[in-house]
Amino acid sequence: MVTEQLVDLSRLQFAATAMYHFLFVPLTLGMVWLLVIMESAWVMTGKLIYKDMTRFWGKLFGINFALGVTTGITLEFQFGTNWAYYSHYVGDIFGAPLAIEGLMAFFLESTFIGLFFFGWERLSRKQHLMVTVLMAVGTNLSALWILVANGWMQHPVGAEFSFETMRMELTDFWAVLFNPDAQAKFVHTVSAGYVTGAMFVLSISSWYLLRRRDLEFARRSFSIAAAFGFASVCSVIVLGDESGYVVSEAQQTKLAAMEAMWETEPAPASFNLIAFPNEAEMKNDYALHIPWVMGLLGTRSLDQEMPGIRDIVARNRERVETGVDAVRLLEALRADPANADLRTRFDAVKDDLGFGLLLKKYVASMDEVTPELMDRAARDTIPKVAPLFWSFRLMVALGFALLALFGLALWHSVKGDFERKPWLLRWALWFLPMPWIACELGWFVAEYGRQPWTIYGVLPTHLSVSTLSVESLYGSLAGFVGFYTLLLVVEMYLMVRFARQGPGSLGTGRYTNEQHGETAPA
Amino acid sequence: MILDYPTLKLVWWLLVGVLLVGFAIMDGHDMGVGTLLPFVGKDDTERRVVINTVGPHWDGNQVWFITGGGAIFAAWPIVYATAFSGFYWAMLAVLWALFFRPVGFDYRSKIHHPVWRSTWDWGLFVGGFVPPLIFGVAFGNLLQGVPFHFDDTLVPYYTGSFWGLLNPFALLCGVVSSAMITLQGAVYLMHRTEGEVYERTRKAMLGAGLVLLAGFTAAGIWVQAIPGYVIASAIDPSALPNPQAKEVVREAGAWMANYRAMPATLLVPALAYLGVAAALWLAWRGRTLAAFVASSLGIVGVIGTAGVSMFPFVMPSISAPDASLTVWDAVSSHLTLTIMFWATLIFMPLIVAYTSWAYKVMAGKVTAAYVRENEHSAY
Repeated sequence: MVTEQLVDLSRLQFAATAMYHFLFVPLTLGMVWLLVIMESAWVMTGKLIYKDMTRFWGKLFGINFALGVTTGITLEFQFGTNWAYYSHYVGDIFGAPLAIEGLMAFFLESTFIGLFFFGWERLSRKQHLMVTVLMAVGTNLSALWILVANGWMQHPVGAEFSFETMRMELTDFWAVLFNPDAQAKFVHTVSAGYVTGAMFVLSISSWYLLRRRDLEFARRSFSIAAAFGFASVCSVIVLGDESGYVVSEAQQTKLAAMEAMWETEPAPASFNLIAFPNEAEMKNDYALHIPWVMGLLGTRSLDQEMPGIRDIVARNRERVETGVDAVRLLEALRADPANADLRTRFDAVKDDLGFGLLLKKYVASMDEVTPELMDRAARDTIPKVAPLFWSFRLMVALGFALLALFGLALWHSVKGDFERKPWLLRWALWFLPMPWIACELGWFVAEYGRQPWTIYGVLPTHLSVSTLSVESLYGSLAGFVGFYTLLLVVEMYLMVRFARQGPGSLGTGRYTNEQHGETAPA
Repeated sequence: MILDYPTLKLVWWLLVGVLLVGFAIMDGHDMGVGTLLPFVGKDDTERRVVINTVGPHWDGNQVWFITGGGAIFAAWPIVYATAFSGFYWAMLAVLWALFFRPVGFDYRSKIHHPVWRSTWDWGLFVGGFVPPLIFGVAFGNLLQGVPFHFDDTLVPYYTGSFWGLLNPFALLCGVVSSAMITLQGAVYLMHRTEGEVYERTRKAMLGAGLVLLAGFTAAGIWVQAIPGYVIASAIDPSALPNPQAKEVVREAGAWMANYRAMPATLLVPALAYLGVAAALWLAWRGRTLAAFVASSLGIVGVIGTAGVSMFPFVMPSISAPDASLTVWDAVSSHLTLTIMFWATLIFMPLIVAYTSWAYKVMAGKVTAAYVRENEHSAY
């Protein structure tokens, strides 16, 4: 029996394990390219310090990568274990990018990461660089396919419902691959990963510089991270704007909730810089507007309207009503598949089938549906406004703060005086967690903003779960929390230990703290 | 080349088989090495030798498992949905056991502390031993049928319990699977080591191989007594997949029907015996590379035997036999199968090529001297 509690626990488990996984992914995505840059410098200049940089940052990369792999398998399992009906209903489309990710990207990345660590003595310099590049390409291709899958959940193109098989079926693979939502999310997400990688190297290098140790090593690392980070953070912001523009076309509910736009304003709409949304009365208790900006950002025009929440609910109320017909016709058609008349009538309304399915949260049969329930289902199509509104703003604010930091870091790195700017080094050090917070907020906006759907407009979340017992969910959730806490403690311990020891951990005799296990002098 | 729907359904049964076999050969050998680790490595250096035989490769090999899961999701979505949610706790046990591998390999030798290192050694043992055991138990349950059914909208309901999976026949299959993986790991480990570790592994290899031969034979006899499944209604392989449209009956000995109908298929169990026996003989005589090939062929035989016996069933239901999932009615659409077929055809040879290159680069015995020279970079 699917209860609300089961749905909530399943969501909590998926959200917790996915967000935990994404503590490790962005660092991997960014660090691989920094490793490619450092190793290219080694191959081109022959200066040993660049090899040491590749190996030392690679060591920290490896500690992070291990947990990325560990927690990634959870996600692939979880569609089947906890979202069985989802897996059946959309596996025809959703499974393919996951399988291709394995074939095209994950094999590449995982095979070459082994040679990256173990192949230094056995490969020529150029061969080893090629290995590192292939590892980086694999990592990023992996992100591409995962975001193609995720993009399809946000904007399900290239597929159609089949009443015979009772599921969504693929009609156009290229539409799924070149889904604008997927492409925009891919570039935005990998760029955010690049910023995270750059921040990691910048912060730890700043710490060495503040402590006046391993100076040459830290200086070069700082400069590379500053340049790479600045380019990446520019791209995050520009591509994030593109991502928002795509959302405004594909997911009006998410955008309206993110922006706390309750009413449809005359074009161009104003932008709520600050707002205190009131869910019950569907209005903002207080809002600070900037005229025109929302319309410009969202539609890139001065004359297109952007629908507010009230209008979207009204429109969705109609779709719910058609959706009820669609569910009824589907039941009739499943009982009498050869009936051509039923089929024509079903085809006419099947785009709204998902809106009818929203009512299954409240009733088992469409005969029990009342107008009040339809109102409720229509209202359900809007995710909660305040969490989205604030998460989004915090993410954007962090993005601009990172832009300022990397801008200054690059400026002073070009001038060559960053070592004498302790305020900059401290800023870089204390800002270490910020890209992670921004990434998690971004995912929260993307996925919480997709509610009440797993597949936007097609499959409601409450229908997607596996028919497990609530006890099983409590048990598995407890297991994940326990394992993941333990793993995080171990990972952080190693990461801090090796970051403190610094390049001396390579045992080359060229750095401070050569003695294994020795901590940095105070 | 456009393949028709019935052909693709068959091809995907074969391809899932290829991926499972690939997983057992590749991830299997490093899981076998994990299983043997605490027993054939007596001190820290020996254990590092054992771990470093698979150090550069385990991660790539694990992708066979992940891709296998993804391919079942893409090609047999309803099987993926029903099996993973039905076997909930078994799947979580596999998953949680696998957690120990990436961290075990990467973190173990980063700290000089005997308790730290031996904890991860046992973690690697769990990560190597538990998953193949559970997969074997799962196959044992598939052969008997699993209690599940669907409602009108194809929502799967599993009505069994985790403890119900641990029945005698399934446990026997678990032993077969575990012995097979341990043998594979042992043969590989012999190929990459020398001295004491080699000698201990040699004995373990013989033990695992004999258990495998005995267990495989016992399961083969036992399976003739348990009721298998037969489709009693007409089969239309080109029909749109609907797992509720057929009639299925249970019959003692039905899992032997394919061998009676097509005696040539007896070559598959024969390959299991020949491969394993040849692996034992060759490995005992020190021809470890040839033994690895033979043992891999043995794996093709063992997994192939389960597949041929059950064909066309993939996941039979004991509580609602008509809802059993088969290669004809549990599959994706024609278009998805076509695309995935091409993706596999293009990428699989590339994967085999660069994986082989990686092994070639790292070829040779892993020795205590190697571990000492690479104190800071080896696992």
